[in-house]
Amino acid sequence: MVRFENVGLRYGLGPEVLRDLTFRLEPHSFQFLTGPSGAGKSSLLRLLYLSLKPTRGLITLFGHDIVTLSPDAMATLRRRIGIVFQDFRLLDHLSTYDNVALPLRVLGRDEASYRAEVIELLHWVGLGEKIWSLPPVLSGGEKQRAAIARAVIARPQLLLADEPTGNVDPTLARRLLRLFLELNKSGTSVLIATHDIALMDLYDARRLVLHEGRLHVYE
Amino acid sequence: MTVEDQAMEQAAPAEARGPAPIVPSDSIAGTALLAVIAIMTFLAALTLGAVVLVRASAAEWQSQIAREVTIQVRPAEGRDTEAEVRKAAGLALAAPGVTDVRPYTRAESARLLEPWLGTGLALEELPVPRLIVVKTGADAPDLAALRQQLAREVPGATLDDHRAWVGHMRAMARSAVAAGLGVLALVLAAAMLSVTFATRGAMSTNRPIVEVLHFVGAKHAFIAGEFQRHFLLLGLKGGAIGGGVAILLFFLAGALGRWLRGSAGESQATALFGSLALGPEGYAAIIGLIILVGAVTAGTSRLTVHRTLRAME
Repeated sequence: MVRFENVGLRYGLGPEVLRDLTFRLEPHSFQFLTGPSGAGKSSLLRLLYLSLKPTRGLITLFGHDIVTLSPDAMATLRRRIGIVFQDFRLLDHLSTYDNVALPLRVLGRDEASYRAEVIELLHWVGLGEKIWSLPPVLSGGEKQRAAIARAVIARPQLLLADEPTGNVDPTLARRLLRLFLELNKSGTSVLIATHDIALMDLYDARRLVLHEGRLHVYE
Repeated sequence: MTVEDQAMEQAAPAEARGPAPIVPSDSIAGTALLAVIAIMTFLAALTLGAVVLVRASAAEWQSQIAREVTIQVRPAEGRDTEAEVRKAAGLALAAPGVTDVRPYTRAESARLLEPWLGTGLALEELPVPRLIVVKTGADAPDLAALRQQLAREVPGATLDDHRAWVGHMRAMARSAVAAGLGVLALVLAAAMLSVTFATRGAMSTNRPIVEVLHFVGAKHAFIAGEFQRHFLLLGLKGGAIGGGVAILLFFLAGALGRWLRGSAGESQATALFGSLALGPEGYAAIIGLIILVGAVTAGTSRLTVHRTLRAME
């Protein structure tokens, strides 16, 4: 599904922030990405969701070399990836419903065809009462769940979550982890970037540990 | 009640609301751009109207001049000018395609010269040429043959078919039309630049939206379409306001012309402003201009979004 071969990344003429990364993300897999602040977790995630291109090495996503992709082909690949951002990135002028429905609108689907699907998912993530609320009136946990719902509504093959429990209490963190595990069981590969040791201890999964730009994989 | 049932129950409000616009209309600096587009369309519509009027007037003048030729009989020592005028008029009238021949009398010739030479002129003392106005029908006569015949049989007569004037008029009309189209092109170019800046501004304001659209897999065409929709509406609104005011102005000017018709002020008004009565083709051209402004605005914003997105990649 995802293959990194000797990938290096530097910003401009600065030092390499990621060095010689070689790993794979297999279909239906579940893994944590961890490491201290500044270790390069966000940069690695940006490479994974095609926001950056590597300065060296090879990255293939769903069998495509990302360096050679056209903008439209990149957009098509991004549709197979769900992303949960640490800062949620919900659009404040759109209701929770419209935010979650966004990936389906982008696919060109008619509203009548996805309405029930979106509302059902919002109920599933516990936002049934907040369907028409705007993000500014949602709590941190509600925003987080809305962001997760948006990431999974189009049934992505790969889910990337950046510190998804960073803004929530431990109880909600456990609920969100269960949500990710449910998604994984339904066939989505999940990569959760976190430095929450307690969260990782809740589930025995493969760990990708970044330290000073280098990756260590613990199966 | 199952989750699906709850979902269907909640579906009604969604249908009533419809999906909200992804790019909020209030995030686009609309009022200023609307005013700019309205003013530019107004100026362009005035120019276009003027071009249509000049073309129509020039065509009318040309057809009037083309249906008239003048024979000039120059007096000379030892020749009977009156007899030569009669003979030239006779030859002209006999030519096929000539519908009317009217020699100017001596008194009429004196009146023609009055603005330059004053009244009380003794024309007998001056070698003033005599004029014969020859009207032609739809089938133009063989002017070359008439010219040769006059040269042969009436030594002091020459024929002027006003070709030089027609040529001047054509050139003038062409220049006026070219200048008008040039102004139109400049106005459209200025509108495109304004829209380009406004689109860049809107994209900068809405950058977080553009980024989220990117991450959920939106193609450039989809993102451009979201911005284009707003700018098309802005262009059509601004165009309709500017073009509408211009149409109203031309309509009022035409009505004023009709109201003054037959009055003493008509000739002065026509001399000052020309005829401002725009025909149906003029109004159609302005409506076409409004649509063009809308299309140019939408097209420019789309192009700008594509360029900006390419630069963002």
